[in-house]
Amino acid sequence: MKKLNEMKLTIPSRSVNEGFARSAVAAFTALADPTVEELGDLKTAVSEAVTNCIVHAYRDTCGRIKIDAALYEGGIIKVRIKDFGCGIADIEKAMTALYTTAGEERSGLGFTVMESFTDKLQVRSAPGRGTTVTLTKYLNRKDAK
Amino acid sequence: MKIETAPNGRLTLRLTGEIDHHSAAAMRKTADAALIRFRPRELVLDFSDVSFMDSSGVGFVMGRSKRAAAFDCKTAVCGLKERDRRIMKLSGLESLVAFYTDERKETT
Repeated sequence: MKKLNEMKLTIPSRSVNEGFARSAVAAFTALADPTVEELGDLKTAVSEAVTNCIVHAYRDTCGRIKIDAALYEGGIIKVRIKDFGCGIADIEKAMTALYTTAGEERSGLGFTVMESFTDKLQVRSAPGRGTTVTLTKYLNRKDAK
Repeated sequence: MKIETAPNGRLTLRLTGEIDHHSAAAMRKTADAALIRFRPRELVLDFSDVSFMDSSGVGFVMGRSKRAAAFDCKTAVCGLKERDRRIMKLSGLESLVAFYTDERKETT
């Protein structure tokens, strides 16, 4: 798979950066001429991943979030969102729809939305060692979700 | 957010801009203050002017509908865009909240 373009971004886990992060990824993705639909889907998925870093990984502390996005031949876009926070002990449970540890104002749908709006979702995590979420989206494809 | 009241006990909150975890905090404050002040019989959350939302929008609706239900106020949601509707559907909220497709449904 040939890489055509890439970008890297590091931001502190402040909630004001949620909008910035999804817009930055959208601006990068826009270079690959996606449909409005595809761009919106990716934006939503990125927003969920970054929010997880802020709400869960770092909770009441502030830490680094690294985002890198790459465009590959054939219109494949991969976005990796990495934190160095608390990590997830039970990934399967965390990914269960409606499950949340963050109280009643959080819907527990973060991972469910990421899964629904991308073509592939990969989550790697270990307690105390942070979490890496990789979102893959196929652009301009008829078989894409 | 624009707040509209009607004599029949309906409170309409017209949400504007982007709803994410960051912006939801202020929206929540405004909405809850309006709920306490007006004590409506029906709460309508109008998403027509929302340009983006993630699952924080679902949490917002869940939270407000719970508070409203505490004093027997029904909640309705209208004006959702296609993607936002898909996100709402993932939550199973339909059993608690009425969803209307058009912009400002009369919900007598």
